[in-house]
Amino acid sequence: MLVFTLASVSLLLVIGIGLYYKSVPIIQRLGWTELITTSVWKPLKGLFGFFPFIMGTLWVTAIAIIIALPLCLLTALYIVEYAPARIKRILIPFVNLLSGIPPVIFGVWGVLFIIPLIQAHIAPHFVEFSTGYSVLAGGIVLAVMIFPLIVSIISEVLRTIPQELKDASLALGATKWETIKKVILRKALPGIVAATVLAISRAFGETIAVLMVCGNNAVVPHSVFDTGYPLPALIANNYGEMLSIPSYDSALMFAALLLFIIILLFNIISRVILARLERRLAS
Amino acid sequence: MRKRKFEELFFRVLMVFATILVSGSFFLIVGTIFFKGLPYLNWDMITKTPGGGFYIGKEGGILNAIIGSFYVAGGATILGLIISIPVAIFINLYMDGKRFLSNTIRMAFDVLFGIPSIVYGAFGFLIMVYFGIRASLLGGIIAVTLLVIPILVRTLDEVIRTVPFELRDATLSLGATRWETAKVVLRQIRPGIFTAILLSFGRAIGDVASVLFTAGFSDNIPTSLHEPAATLPLAIFFQLGSPVEEVQGRGYASALILTIIVLIITVLADILIKKFSKHKI
Amino acid sequence: MTKTPHISVQHLDVHIGAQHILKDININIPDKKVTSIIGPSGCGKTTLLKSFNRLWDNTADVKITGKVLVDGEDIYAPDAEVTHIRKKMGLLSQRPYPLPMSIYDNVAYGPRIHGIRKKQVLDQLVEEQLKATGLWNEVKDRLNASATRLSIGQQQRLCLARGLAVGPEIILGDESTSALDPVSTAIIEDLFISLKEKYSIVLVTHILRQARRVSDYIIFVYMGKIIEFGPTEEVLLNPKEELTKEYVKGYIS
Repeated sequence: MLVFTLASVSLLLVIGIGLYYKSVPIIQRLGWTELITTSVWKPLKGLFGFFPFIMGTLWVTAIAIIIALPLCLLTALYIVEYAPARIKRILIPFVNLLSGIPPVIFGVWGVLFIIPLIQAHIAPHFVEFSTGYSVLAGGIVLAVMIFPLIVSIISEVLRTIPQELKDASLALGATKWETIKKVILRKALPGIVAATVLAISRAFGETIAVLMVCGNNAVVPHSVFDTGYPLPALIANNYGEMLSIPSYDSALMFAALLLFIIILLFNIISRVILARLERRLAS
Repeated sequence: MRKRKFEELFFRVLMVFATILVSGSFFLIVGTIFFKGLPYLNWDMITKTPGGGFYIGKEGGILNAIIGSFYVAGGATILGLIISIPVAIFINLYMDGKRFLSNTIRMAFDVLFGIPSIVYGAFGFLIMVYFGIRASLLGGIIAVTLLVIPILVRTLDEVIRTVPFELRDATLSLGATRWETAKVVLRQIRPGIFTAILLSFGRAIGDVASVLFTAGFSDNIPTSLHEPAATLPLAIFFQLGSPVEEVQGRGYASALILTIIVLIITVLADILIKKFSKHKI
Repeated sequence: MTKTPHISVQHLDVHIGAQHILKDININIPDKKVTSIIGPSGCGKTTLLKSFNRLWDNTADVKITGKVLVDGEDIYAPDAEVTHIRKKMGLLSQRPYPLPMSIYDNVAYGPRIHGIRKKQVLDQLVEEQLKATGLWNEVKDRLNASATRLSIGQQQRLCLARGLAVGPEIILGDESTSALDPVSTAIIEDLFISLKEKYSIVLVTHILRQARRVSDYIIFVYMGKIIEFGPTEEVLLNPKEELTKEYVKGYIS
C-alpha cells in the first residue's frame, strides 16, 4: 500500500524528469531562449522555434477566459444568491452534465456549429475572408468546456460566505445587488482568482477540441480571426513523424515539458489559494 | 433610489441571461450532435467493423472502435482500481496523525488530476518506447491508467472520508486490525466505488490525447494485448477528416454514439451518488 | 404608557417551514427606552427581532402575516420600501461581522450607499460615530487598516458605530455581547444605556443580570407567545405569570 502511494505521488516527478530527459538533446542544441522566442519551424532543417505555438496557446486561452469568466461569475451569483430552489434543482445538473461530455464531442460541435457561425455571421463584419477556423473558434469551444469548472468553484466559494455578513450589509439599507458588489465579491475574490487560475491551466492543456477548430497554421496570430496552432495540437498532430526525423521527438517532448511545467505551476498556485481559504473557514 | 433599483434590475437580467447561456449550452451541444448525427445512424454502424475503403465511403461500421474503446477504458479502470483503492485506504486509515503529510499527498493527486491527457499520452509513449511496446491495446491501457488514477484516488478519497470516524474507531476498538477495518469501510462505500468506476470509465472512453500515440488504430477488433486498438474518439476524428460527405456524416453519427454512451454513464453515476447520500445520516 | 410606541406589532405570526414559531404577537415597543426580550432558547426571541427589519425576506420558506408598524407605517405593506425601513434600524448581531474593508470604510459604508459622497461629510460622520461608541481614540491613527485586525470587543463597537452612521431611530441587538469578554461587555452595556437618549433600543438577551442592568422594560417570550410585558423591576422581581416566575426563579433566588 505504501509502495503504491509513494509510486503514484512520485508520478509527478517521474513525468517531469522523463520529459526533461527526452528534451535534453534539443535544449542542448538550441538552448531555452532560442527555442522559446524564435518562430522558424522547419523540422527537416532542425529548426524549432516554439514561439508561434506558445502564442497560439496564449491567444486561445485568453479568449476562452475572457468569454467564460464573466458569464460564469454572473451564473454562479445568480444560482447562489437569487435562484429559487426549484430553478436551482433544474439548472445545476445541466451545468454539471457539461463536464462529462468528452472533448472530441466539443470538437465536433465546434466544427458543426461554431465554424459556420464565425465564417458566415461574425467574421464578415470584421475581415474580408475567413474560413471560420480561427483562435476565436478555439476560444469559444474552450470557454464552453471550462464553464462547469468555473461555475462550480465560484459557487462553492460564494456558499461559504456567512449569511450574517450579508445581513449586516442589508440591515444598513443596502440592496441585494449592492451587497453583492461591495461585500460578497470582495470576500470571494481569492476564490475567484483560484478558479480562474485553475481554469487557465485546464484550458492550456486541452488538445483535441481546439485542434479541430483552430486551423493549425504555424504562425503567430494577430487577430481573433487568425488561425492558431496551440502547443497540445502541435504535439498531437506530429507524433507520427516524431521518430523518423532527427531531433523531432526531442522537440515534441520539449513541447510537452513546457506544457507540463506551466500547468503544474498554475495548478499548485490555485490549489494553495483554495487550501488557504478552506483553512480560514475551518478556524 | 431609482438609480439603485435600476442597477439591480439591470444586473439581475444580465445574470439570468448568462445563466441561460451557460446551462443551455449543454442542450446546444447535444442538440447539434443529435440533429446532424441522427440521419446517418443505423444498425450497421454499431454492429459491423469497417469494410475496406470505409473511410472513403464504403461499407461497414465502427464496432471496432466501440469495442476497442470499451477494452481500453475497461482495462484502464480495472488496473487503476487495483492501484487506487490501496492508495485511498492508505491515506485515510494508515496515516492518522500525520495530517500534513496526507494533505500534501492529496494535493499531489489534485495536481495530477489537473494534468492534461496529452502529457499522459506523451509520457505513456515514453514508457512504451523504453519497454519496447508497440502501439497497441496494452500501450493504450497503460497511458489511460495513468490518466485515470488521480480521478479514482480523488473520488475514492472523498467517499472514504464520508464514513464517520466512529465507524472506523468502533471496529478498531473491538480489536480488529487496520486491514480488517479497511475491509469494513470498503463494504460500506460500495456504491461510492461504483460511482468512481463510472466516472473514470466515462472519462477514459472519451479521451483522445492519451490514446493518440499509444493505442494505435486498426479496423479490426483486437484479440490480444499486443494488437493495436481502435478507439471511438479517434474513429470520429478520422471520419471527420475524410473529404467524402457520407463519411463525414458517419463521423457525426459516431459522435452521437459516443455522446449517448457517455450520457448514460453520467446519469447512472448521478443516480448512484444520490442513492449513496441517502444512506448517510 | 402615555408615550406613543415606536414599534407596534399587531397579530404577527411567523412560520418557518412547517413550524409555527411566533403565535399572534401583539406588543408595543416604547419610544426612547431600552426594551429587553428574554426567554429560553429557541422560543422565538431572535425571530421576533429579525422580523422588525424584515431580515427574513432573504430566507426561503418563511411566511409572515400581521402588521408591524414603525412610526405608524406597516413595514410589511406590499408597497413598503425595504431599504428605507432598514435604514431606520441598526442591527448588532451575536458575533461582530465587520465588512471586508477598512475601519473607515466600514463606518462610511451605510452613508455612501444612501448617497453621501463628500469626503468632509463622511469624515465628520465617521469621527462622530466612532466617538459615540468610544472607539475613536483607539483607532484614529489607523482608520485605513483592515477592520478585521481589531479585537472582538472593538469589532463589535465598530459594528455599532457602523449601524449608527446611517442615522437610525431604533437599535436592535441580538445577544450582542455573548461573544465578548466581560470588559467589552460592560462597555457595550454602558453604551446602550447612554444611547437610549437618542434611540429606541430593543435587545435580545439570555443574561438576566444584563437585562436588569440595562433595560427599562422587559418582554418575556415563551414558545412563540408573549407571556409578560412590563417595567424591568416588576417583571424580574415580582412577575405576574407563573411561567415568568419559573424562568426568573434562578435569578432572584
